[in-house]
Amino acid sequence: MFFASRSFCCLGIRTYQLQTDLLYRSVKLSAFGTMAFRHKNTRRIEGLDSNMWVEFTKLAADPSIVNLGQGLPDISPPSYVKEELTKAAAVDRLNQYTRGFGHPSLVKALSQVYERVCGRKIDPLTDILVTVGAYGSLFSTIQALIEEGDEVIIIEPFYDCYEPMVKMAGAKPVFIPLRYKNDGISASSADWVLDPAELANKFNSKTKAIILNTPHNPIGKVFTREELQVIADLCIKHDTLCISDEVYEWLVYKGNKHIKIATLPGMWERTVTIGSAGKTYSVTGWKLGWSIGPQNLIKHLQVVHQNTLYTCPTPLQEALAQAFWIDYKRMDDPDCYFYSLSRELESKRDRMAQLLQEVGLKPVIPDGGYFMIVDVSTLNVDLSDVDEKQPYDYKFVKWMITSKKLSAIPLSAFCGPETKRQFEKYIRFCFIKKDSTLDAAEVILKNWNKQKD
Amino acid sequence: LPSAKASESLSLSLQAKMSRPVQARRLEGIDKNIWVEFVKLAATYSTVNLGQGFPDFPPPDFLKEAFVRALSGENHMLHQYTRAFGHPPLVKMLAQFFGKLLGRDLDPMTNVMVTVGAYQALFCCFQAFVDEGDEVIIIEPFFDCYEPMVKMAGGMPVFVPLRPKAPKDGKLMSSADWQLDPAELASKFSERTKVIVLNSPNNPLGKVFSRGELELIADLCVKHDILCISDEVYEWLVYDGKEHIRIASLRGMWDRTVIIGSAGKTFSATGWKVGWTVGPNRLLQHLRTVHQNSVYHCATVAQEAVAQGFQRELDLYGKPESYFIQLPKLLQQKRDWLVQSLDAVGMKPIVPEGTYFLVADISQFKSDVPDVAGSDEPYDSRFAKWMVKNKGLAAIPLSAFYCGAHKNNYDHFIRFCFAKEEATLKAANDILQKWK
Repeated sequence: MFFASRSFCCLGIRTYQLQTDLLYRSVKLSAFGTMAFRHKNTRRIEGLDSNMWVEFTKLAADPSIVNLGQGLPDISPPSYVKEELTKAAAVDRLNQYTRGFGHPSLVKALSQVYERVCGRKIDPLTDILVTVGAYGSLFSTIQALIEEGDEVIIIEPFYDCYEPMVKMAGAKPVFIPLRYKNDGISASSADWVLDPAELANKFNSKTKAIILNTPHNPIGKVFTREELQVIADLCIKHDTLCISDEVYEWLVYKGNKHIKIATLPGMWERTVTIGSAGKTYSVTGWKLGWSIGPQNLIKHLQVVHQNTLYTCPTPLQEALAQAFWIDYKRMDDPDCYFYSLSRELESKRDRMAQLLQEVGLKPVIPDGGYFMIVDVSTLNVDLSDVDEKQPYDYKFVKWMITSKKLSAIPLSAFCGPETKRQFEKYIRFCFIKKDSTLDAAEVILKNWNKQKD
Repeated sequence: LPSAKASESLSLSLQAKMSRPVQARRLEGIDKNIWVEFVKLAATYSTVNLGQGFPDFPPPDFLKEAFVRALSGENHMLHQYTRAFGHPPLVKMLAQFFGKLLGRDLDPMTNVMVTVGAYQALFCCFQAFVDEGDEVIIIEPFFDCYEPMVKMAGGMPVFVPLRPKAPKDGKLMSSADWQLDPAELASKFSERTKVIVLNSPNNPLGKVFSRGELELIADLCVKHDILCISDEVYEWLVYDGKEHIRIASLRGMWDRTVIIGSAGKTFSATGWKVGWTVGPNRLLQHLRTVHQNSVYHCATVAQEAVAQGFQRELDLYGKPESYFIQLPKLLQQKRDWLVQSLDAVGMKPIVPEGTYFLVADISQFKSDVPDVAGSDEPYDSRFAKWMVKNKGLAAIPLSAFYCGAHKNNYDHFIRFCFAKEEATLKAANDILQKWK
């Protein structure tokens, strides 16, 4: 066979290759300076190469470490969701390309679910774009609508990709922190608020968009209608867009309600709302998300999409569509996964909080999402001898991983440069974990004070 | 609610205020897309779809089984995030496989990156290496996304055509007869040239660049110190004993080339959207930066299945049961069948050396396509649209693969995809025979 005889005569070809390469390189040595310059990266990605997840996922990869760091469930997705994917993969045509902007049955299902939630007509073909995760929706939205000269308001702490994505689009991130209003009662995510006057000051004629994340990662705050109205009023007054990251929309706990800012008056026409299959169905590895909004905004996201990856995988979209139909039909039923997952997580939240309290910590109880932040400065772990320029929480998490075999994420990773000091005593735990993982965390936390390092 | 009314009237009065366009300037001129139109036409009218490039036969059983195995296993963590730059079993296989093919030691962590289809790999390359004002050489006809991707990155596409030479007497034209003029190619390089995009085997013509042709390109790359994006998605689909040569294996090229591949084309599973890039770390590090700031992770399960597919192919490499041998063998038969079919009705096929596309010259074919006065739409585009609406046969006009300025130079060719079941190709033949 032609290929066999040629390609795998490894040794002979390789030696010859290496010899000619070396000879060639010695001749080109003088031009090496030029080569290095010409192959430099583009300006748009300058300074965006570092990513703390790469570092922290590597550290936590050791299976002996109890991983409460990265936000991924170790619970199983519901069985019907897994079954739908097996069914979809068995259909031949579902292994080939589907419609670029979103598989027809999926955009139809999404339009039905969200019409019900939003109380308005949503056209599946023009008002929805399916993307590779909510991450892909954030990217498509920012690339479509943000450019050099624009300012984008980002609320701190923030899901870390917002800042580099805004910078990659050539725009300037403008940060505003959530501030803890201390009233002495045990901390809840609701205690973290925006100062309306401070927020108003951040808006100017260059402000193109504000990025909202509710329920909020990492704090777990669920913005109230009044809080959203403050933001909405400013968006309308300054004619600004709103990018609303609502991936945790179903994960709200008792006494709280997720409100979509796009449903406030004057907001639909200026808001892109982003959702995630990964967070809705505990299938982060499916990497499917969506952007929903008015045609005059979504059409630009579609242009980005058709020039970046064109289509998302077909069998996953079909399976997701079927899962949505199952739950759409029972949206009045408490067994609907959108509500049952939330209930399941609420008890995990409460357990996580209790474990941390037993160590003497004061966790911020989240009203939504599956993360919990906690101030660890009260543990008084002295890391001044750790010779690194990193913020305290980075050093703490690394120390905790090595000495306690428990991982979390440092909160200053979610902050702009001005606020890192303010948040460096907090770390973030993820509690969408099976009981045995939380049991293992419990053992570590209960024994925390018994081990003296 | 007074406050609601007030803000509504405020918003209405302010809507006129947004005098600047809401969309970013990088979208200028890239909103049109032929596929959106032609896929819709095919979906509405076609009974036989030889248009968009995807197989209408299933992926091989071993691949489908790998997917099901991944899903039904104990490990439900395959439904969660994997490593962002590529699922470890897959990058390890790709490094091993392509390492052998290139005669190099490849590090799976730094010399390989997985993407959402080869399409996203192309996007990462342009975003990583093309700055405003950089020139990018594109060989025409080209897979249509290269041009808008270059523009979105602020670059300037510079086009150089493959030119058809008359075939030997009595023979059908071959894709090999379409060639670059060396002097013309050399003239396209300037100080601002940053990248050249190579696609071999070439979509839409099916040309498989020869060693001599690749050396011509390589010499210019080295001389002008530019990068090469080598789109090799059809690398396994070569016919008549031809060899697919990887430009990265030529002297001086490894350091300046990013190779792009596709599981969709390799394993007939275009809907899985798994692609990859292979190259030196010095270049791939920048692709990783773009990737981690745009998509970040690719779906896990399909990567697991593709890794197993590659393992199977590694074990069977060079053997008759290898899919990489069976698939081109199968497709060559289909190619020959379609060639005969078209030749018999007066559409002059250009026999492709590779890919699953075939371009036919329709200038001598009887045409019922009405003339449209004052239309600047190229003839082949009007022909293809008329054909799908009136004959139910979908194909793509070749002018779609040329830049705006050159569309009318090659307006009498259409592209057929022959990665189709026998029944589909037979049905196509029936339509053509009846038409004649």
